[in-house]
Amino acid sequence: MIYDVVIIGSGPAGLSAGLYAARARMSTLIIEKEAAGGQIATTDEVANYPGSVENVTGPALVSRMVEQAEGFGAKRITDTIESVDVTGKVKILKGENEEYQAKSVIVATGAVPKHIGCPGEKELTGRGVSYCATCDGAFFEELEVFVVGGGDSAVEEAMYLTKFARKVTIVHRRDELRAAKSIQEKAFKNEKIDFLWNSVITDLKGDGLLETMTVKNVKTGEETEIHADEDDGTFGVFVFIGYDPANKLFEGLVEMENGYIVSDDNMKTSIPGVFAAGDNRVKSLRQVVTATADGAIAATQAEKYIEENFEE
Amino acid sequence: MIELNKENFEEEVLTAEGTVLVDFWSPSCEPCKALMPHVHELEEKHGDKIKFTSLDITKARRVAIGQKVMGLPVIAIYQNGERVDGVVGDEATTKSVKELIEKFC
Ligand SMILES: Cc1cc2nc3c(=O)[nH]c(=O)nc-3n(C[C@H](O)[C@H](O)[C@H](O)COP(=O)(O)OP(=O)(O)OC[C@H]3O[C@@H](n4cnc5c(N)ncnc54)[C@H](O)[C@@H]3O)c2cc1C
Repeated sequence: MIYDVVIIGSGPAGLSAGLYAARARMSTLIIEKEAAGGQIATTDEVANYPGSVENVTGPALVSRMVEQAEGFGAKRITDTIESVDVTGKVKILKGENEEYQAKSVIVATGAVPKHIGCPGEKELTGRGVSYCATCDGAFFEELEVFVVGGGDSAVEEAMYLTKFARKVTIVHRRDELRAAKSIQEKAFKNEKIDFLWNSVITDLKGDGLLETMTVKNVKTGEETEIHADEDDGTFGVFVFIGYDPANKLFEGLVEMENGYIVSDDNMKTSIPGVFAAGDNRVKSLRQVVTATADGAIAATQAEKYIEENFEE
Repeated sequence: MIELNKENFEEEVLTAEGTVLVDFWSPSCEPCKALMPHVHELEEKHGDKIKFTSLDITKARRVAIGQKVMGLPVIAIYQNGERVDGVVGDEATTKSVKELIEKFC
């Protein structure tokens, strides 16, 4: 079968695109390799999406988006798209399990967390180093935790981690936070939160579990080793230092800028019939509200594209 | 899938003979929950060669930490009580889990 629209990724952008596409009575398939919801499914609080008031968790928001998209008839499937042939009129997407055909494609593959890139990080992931507070917070009950980063995610996740950890230290490479002022205020008031300014982690060590890290002061160049408390034996490092776009599939195919897909106000990429939506495109604000807006625009533009390019 | 806890972990995993898979998860770990149905599917296929078990870490945090598990998801393979292989965190995808299991069949 040739779908009207195939959407790669079921984060907020993909789910919104699915909702709009299915509602426009286009045959719509959303392909997702992991859990529905993308990045937002990993956070406990989404306080800035209009209408999501009173403790709306990421997973709760996502499950409503899924229900709504499916309610209008969007089909969802689990598969990993591994390669694409999108230059022809019928676009072909090759998944790990199956091959898919579509008249139009919406690329909503989002972004993945950036790593620190220091020695020991990879080996100690899941052994003290983490990129997901809701996944791993519970391990650190009564232990010490360091959160790397200074943006909204870093500070909000640091606050979430105070529910478990004895103490949470935010390690930031500058001398002030980048997070929204309201979030900062809460963090400064939280007695469990401490700060290590002008600092970056340069080394992580441990035999089985994280035990020691080296922190470098970027102003003075001075390096300090921080060891786990003897009774604890270990501590946590949670990394929220930004994201890399998940655009490997389209490298060399569509126009990109620093790895992000270039698209116009209508989400059109450099290939006709291929649209981009969400965190993977060049834009100034990467949030749920902009991801869902992108998805809606991409879907309505896909409808227009099909009307103009395919005979009934 | 055998549900593990503080009481039976030793018996079902550490002193068990043969190959045992442990799916470490928690109710707040969305990636873990997304993987779970695939692990169940693989159990139907390979359950005769590998014993499939799961541990909710919120009920047995110390057991998990004792196994050097401090992040989720983790799908680990034990042979005669020794952890011999596994996939952790971002690396744990439907594909990598399938490949991991097929290695031991
Ligand atoms: C910890 C954290 C807290 C956050 N808090 C907030 C907040 O409070 N408010 C807010 O507005 N924003 C928040 N954000 C940002 C928000 O989550 C993102 O802006 C949003 O999720 C982007 O949506 P997306 O659909 O573009 O991409 P993503 O959410 O990244 O989803 C992309 C999806 O595509 C899938 N995918 C990728 N490649 C393939 C492939 N080849 N085949 C199949 N599927 C694929 C991925 O598995 C993923 O599920 C937060 C982010 C994080 C990490």
